[in-house]
Amino acid sequence: MVTELGHFALILAFLVACVQAVVPMIGASRRLPGWMAVAEPAATAQLLLVAGSFAALTHAFIVSDFSLRLVVLNSHSAKPLLYKISGVWGNHEGSMLLWVLILALFGAMAAWFGGNLPPTLRARVLSVQAMVGVAFYAFILWTSNPFLRLETPPFDGQDLNPLLQDPGLAFHPPFLYLGYVGLSICFSFAVAALIEGRVDAAWGRWVRPWTLLSWVMLTIGIALGSWWAYYELGWGGFWFWDPVENASFMPWLLAAALLHSAIVVEKREALKSWTILLAILAFGFSLIGTFIVRSGVLTSVHAFATDPERGVFILAILVIFTGGALTLYAARAGIMQAKGVFGVVSRESALVANNILLAVACFVVFVGTLWPLVAEMAFDRKLSVGAPFFNMAFTPFMVILGLLLPLGSLLGWKRGKVGRAMRQLAPALALAVAVGALFWTMQTGRSLLGPIGMFLGTWLICGAVIDILSKLGQSRDLRRLARLPRADWGRVVAHAGLGVTMAGIAGLMAWQEEDIRAASLNEPFTVGAYEITLLDVQRIQGPNWFADQGEVSVRKADGQGGEIAHLYPQKRTYPVAKMPTTEAAIDYRFLRDIYVVLGDRQQDGGWTMRVYVKPLANWIWGGAFLMALGGALSLSDRRFRVAAGARKAAPAKGVPAE
Amino acid sequence: MMRRLVTALALAASLSGPVFAVQPDEILDDPALEARARELSKGLRCLVCQNENIDDSNAALARDLRLLVRERLVAGDSDEEVIAYLVDRYGEFVLLSPTTGGWNWLLWAAGPLLFVAAAGGGAVYLRGRARADAPTEARLDADEERRLREILDRSDR
Repeated sequence: MVTELGHFALILAFLVACVQAVVPMIGASRRLPGWMAVAEPAATAQLLLVAGSFAALTHAFIVSDFSLRLVVLNSHSAKPLLYKISGVWGNHEGSMLLWVLILALFGAMAAWFGGNLPPTLRARVLSVQAMVGVAFYAFILWTSNPFLRLETPPFDGQDLNPLLQDPGLAFHPPFLYLGYVGLSICFSFAVAALIEGRVDAAWGRWVRPWTLLSWVMLTIGIALGSWWAYYELGWGGFWFWDPVENASFMPWLLAAALLHSAIVVEKREALKSWTILLAILAFGFSLIGTFIVRSGVLTSVHAFATDPERGVFILAILVIFTGGALTLYAARAGIMQAKGVFGVVSRESALVANNILLAVACFVVFVGTLWPLVAEMAFDRKLSVGAPFFNMAFTPFMVILGLLLPLGSLLGWKRGKVGRAMRQLAPALALAVAVGALFWTMQTGRSLLGPIGMFLGTWLICGAVIDILSKLGQSRDLRRLARLPRADWGRVVAHAGLGVTMAGIAGLMAWQEEDIRAASLNEPFTVGAYEITLLDVQRIQGPNWFADQGEVSVRKADGQGGEIAHLYPQKRTYPVAKMPTTEAAIDYRFLRDIYVVLGDRQQDGGWTMRVYVKPLANWIWGGAFLMALGGALSLSDRRFRVAAGARKAAPAKGVPAE
Repeated sequence: MMRRLVTALALAASLSGPVFAVQPDEILDDPALEARARELSKGLRCLVCQNENIDDSNAALARDLRLLVRERLVAGDSDEEVIAYLVDRYGEFVLLSPTTGGWNWLLWAAGPLLFVAAAGGGAVYLRGRARADAPTEARLDADEERRLREILDRSDR
């Protein structure tokens, strides 16, 4: 019964979205206030209906209703509650329902918080948002219905892929989708502005919070996914340049570019037409990402669906929306005239450089991801484009970006002076060179990766410190730091976070130590500066798995001091899904992780073991967290709260609390 | 017959446990050769996996390839000869870093080319902005004046 209500609510949401797509758009072009006003209640109604539908599906998973096909395929009665819930979006149909739920959520938020938008712009934004919604509701209802019943329900389910039964991955898709789908609002704003024929500083200010929000969510989502891969897949890799990872990385890069270029629109009324283009492309890349993941066209670990019907449907959505928006852009871009005048050396031009680097980096990832497909179709060559290509082709642009960033963020608006900025940055540069040189002499190999990473990390972090100190002006009164605008804090925290991540990636890739051996019980062996002993291995039983669990003791190799860590790596088997997983045991520390994996039993009674010492591993995600934190700080800045005033003015409309 | 096949497959699936990526018994005694083998392995694709190199992969085929790489190295092949041998046997699909041959130069050049073009475009744009006349601010029309007052009033409250 609940399931049928959910199904029905989804169909109703589709119909409401149809109305919301058409009526306000006509209203806006004919200036009919009543027609335009349809958008807001429609957006709220859409959200309530989809939320009801999603709740119904979640209910079916929680009570393990095995008359539902989706529940049978992706759940099991013995599964812990958290994974019953995350099972809702751990599959194609459910994840698309989550996608439309978030789409409706953003639409409703735009309706609630858009009180200070010109009425026609607001109506058009909500209408475009609803058009995207219509396409995806249709996709779900016609090709991927999650509410299909089975005639003869089985006794129990087939369980969720064990790799997905993990806290990191339980929350990875929702964050990623919040980011992907959040960009739909920027897209709607761009298209509405093109129809409206007007892009001004106010437009830049309206779009920026949405971009920031999406970018923060994407950052968290990507970091969670990468962290999950690190501890779950069993060899501590954190990024594989897998097509599906690239699918989330491309919108991230473009969103980063967009949130910087929107600053120029807001402050200087320049780069308007480029910013509109970026807003269209950012969401376009979200759709490409959805297409890559959902169609399985570039086969990879995450492709749940390999049904061509779905792929073609999403491709059609992609072509219609991106193509349509780009056509509109081509027709209307001419009307956007830049107003701001600025020198070749200025904050504006630094932001242009930022945009060029991020967009080109995104393009490299895009070409690399699609090249196997192109080569096969056009030149009949079956080839692979993997990590070595991306590392080589992508990294240089990030290095240039890192080099320019501290300088750019210290240049003045309109007309900056490189000499002045460099004088301010001299201590940072000196320290960064010293750190880089120190690591160059300390390391044994000849790889430049480590020293360059350390140089960039120091340069970015110290640059951020100098950036925030420079905001104090002449007074040098540190107490004033707390009263600086949140946007300033957001900027420096995010920029420092990028430095931390770069240092972490370089440190991990350059100085990782590894040991693979058949270890006998109670026979210590040395890995790097540590002495590892396998004490015992036992068979243990979990809720829906059993495992061989090792007991490992870690000490300093020089014999000084006591035990550093006691670790329990597992080799799990999920009998229902018939799948083994490795659960690495990791001793997390600030400067290094010790990563221990247990393998198979050897004939002589020993066990295969892999032990890694991973320097600076945590910095990768710590830096990502700082970037997200910086974005959030920026988002909480006062100047984005003009909308808050509008909310207080109109409490009667039933606006929920923040 | 069919049922037995299914049982056998199920059994095989449950027993083909997590074979490790690189196994202790694969490792060569000569550390220099082993280091070369590891380095080569990172650039070679496990043909039945999804975007995994043979060094990280758990698949049985990846193990075969790893052993093959080591066999060739022990036999005295140079790195290039090992790669050539594998490409000869498995096609260029095995290379994670594609060659620059044929149209592949476009893949490698795409980023740098676009960068040069974008930097050029950016430079032209910036020079244009630097030389442009300062805009004459258009006055607000009556409607805009009213909205501005509204917003200012609201944020005062």
